[in-house]
Amino acid sequence: MSGAAKVDRLERRVSSPQLQLSEPSSAVASASSSETARKLLIRVDAVDKEYATRSGDGVTALKGISLEIRENEFVTLVGPSGCGKSTVLKIIGGIIKATRGLVEFDGRPLEKPSREIGMVFQRPILLPWRSVLDNVLFPFEMMGRNVREHVDEARRLLDMVGLSGFENALPRELSGGMQQRVSICRALVYDPKLLLMDEPFGALDAMTREELGIELLRIWTERRKTVVFVTHSITEAVFLADRVIVMTPRPGKVVLDLRIDLPRPRTIDVEFTPEFKAYADAVRDAIYTGKRI
Amino acid sequence: MTPVLRAAIWLREYGQATIVLLLAVVAWEIICQQMDIPVWLLPAPTLIWQETVLLIPVLPEHIYATVIAIFGGFFVSIVAAVPIAITVVYSPFLRRVIYPPLLMLQSVPKVAIAPLLLIWMGYGLQSNMVIAATVAFFPIVINTATGLEAVETELLDLTRSFDAARLKVFWKVRLPWAMPYFFSSLKVAITFAVIGAIVAEFIGADKGLGYLILASSGAMNTAAMFGVLVIMSVIGILCFYAVALAEKLVCPWYLPTQEGSQGA
Ligand SMILES: Nc1ncnc2c1ncn2[C@@H]1O[C@H](COP(=O)(O)OP(=O)(O)O)[C@@H](O)[C@H]1O
Ligand SMILES: [Mg+2]
Repeated sequence: MSGAAKVDRLERRVSSPQLQLSEPSSAVASASSSETARKLLIRVDAVDKEYATRSGDGVTALKGISLEIRENEFVTLVGPSGCGKSTVLKIIGGIIKATRGLVEFDGRPLEKPSREIGMVFQRPILLPWRSVLDNVLFPFEMMGRNVREHVDEARRLLDMVGLSGFENALPRELSGGMQQRVSICRALVYDPKLLLMDEPFGALDAMTREELGIELLRIWTERRKTVVFVTHSITEAVFLADRVIVMTPRPGKVVLDLRIDLPRPRTIDVEFTPEFKAYADAVRDAIYTGKRI
Repeated sequence: MTPVLRAAIWLREYGQATIVLLLAVVAWEIICQQMDIPVWLLPAPTLIWQETVLLIPVLPEHIYATVIAIFGGFFVSIVAAVPIAITVVYSPFLRRVIYPPLLMLQSVPKVAIAPLLLIWMGYGLQSNMVIAATVAFFPIVINTATGLEAVETELLDLTRSFDAARLKVFWKVRLPWAMPYFFSSLKVAITFAVIGAIVAEFIGADKGLGYLILASSGAMNTAAMFGVLVIMSVIGILCFYAVALAEKLVCPWYLPTQEGSQGA
């Protein structure tokens, strides 16, 4: 089968993420050649993370992680739970510090959380006492910026995700998918360059999940964001990404960095193509091989 | 809703309980009259009613004294407890310093401290308030501290990603987050404050419903004692509902187990 052969070739090229499949359409190839010219947004170099534990001896969550993410890239991070995906995201977001190694954002060492970074978590974590609109405006309040000036932008975003008319609703009056849309608006409202998403659709049902995935791709295209998206769904990882990064646990490290050259805009149909399957198999293989080690 | 519908709903909700209660009172009355039970042992409801009506002229000042002691004590306990809860949450060191003596204080029966407080603070409303406050205080500290700490870690991560000032996080996130916890402790605290106020009046007072019970007991007027007891429980219930109402007004977004099981 040609799919299997493809995967074989993919695997041997794991260490050099610039290499691509030899067969992709020329349109995609030209698009990705311009990608290498794009500006580097995040550089993570030889990062270790050790958590202190109650017993005294630390847990090594990450060991020698290195990543480079360019502007406008959509990168997904997959791996079994406990392999350090959230930890990587929190380090890039400046929420926690790396034990060793270098983290650069936009060419400068990341010292503290940047207002150029927006975060979305698995649960929407909206403030239950605030209306949808006030939840979206929450970041400005926390940053000590003028809230009123941004009401229009917040309304526009809510409209974009199909929530106009719900501005004054309380979070508990919304379904899980709607709440997650609100939390995405909250991350977008201050127009950060980078969106860090930690299993944002993990708690949703399969249909809502696909719907939101497509919506996210649309937003990403319209607003030209850079996205780092954590998931443990292989299908979701391949469907969304320009690049899939596979991590394995104990200690967390990168075992595969795979460029996905599927045409955009993507629809769910792409999941039934042999190319998609080859990518998904490559990712799955990396996860399970990593596990056996 | 029409008044008729309202009455129908009320009846469905409380009708059975009301009927049972009425039957019990009637049975009580019949037993007292038929069996010739001495009035100092168990007065009949009608006698209790008569004696209570006789008390009406003096009731207002006693009710006033008790209500002031309850609410005074309640507010003193809030004012003392909330800063302690905040301190304990923000400083692990002070938590270690504050909690042990607090637990010691809590484990001493308040009835036993009350005479001491009377010596220190003198006879009267102020010491009744303080006694009520000491009883009501503890659950507020514990629950408010729990609420302030209950903020989800992801939410705190989010505020950190905004590089938010700690004071902002406190006002805009922690404090509102703790509100339901705070109010549920207030519901406990207000009932404790009622107990505390009455206990204080038992130990030393010349006014208040506690004093009135003691005085009636001295006069062997058991019927009046029953009357005052009923008034006390009504006041206790009203105080509780006042706090529950305040909760609804302050955190309308928080509906504790609304519409639970409707089983017959
Ligand atoms: N705050 C923490 N303290 C101690 N250990 C932690 C902490 N957070 C995560 N870990 C450990 O680090 C490893 C990676 O965790 P995490 O980054 O959450 O993984 P993932 O998001 O991939 O499931 C796990 O073994 C986890 O137990
Ligand atoms: Mg995680």
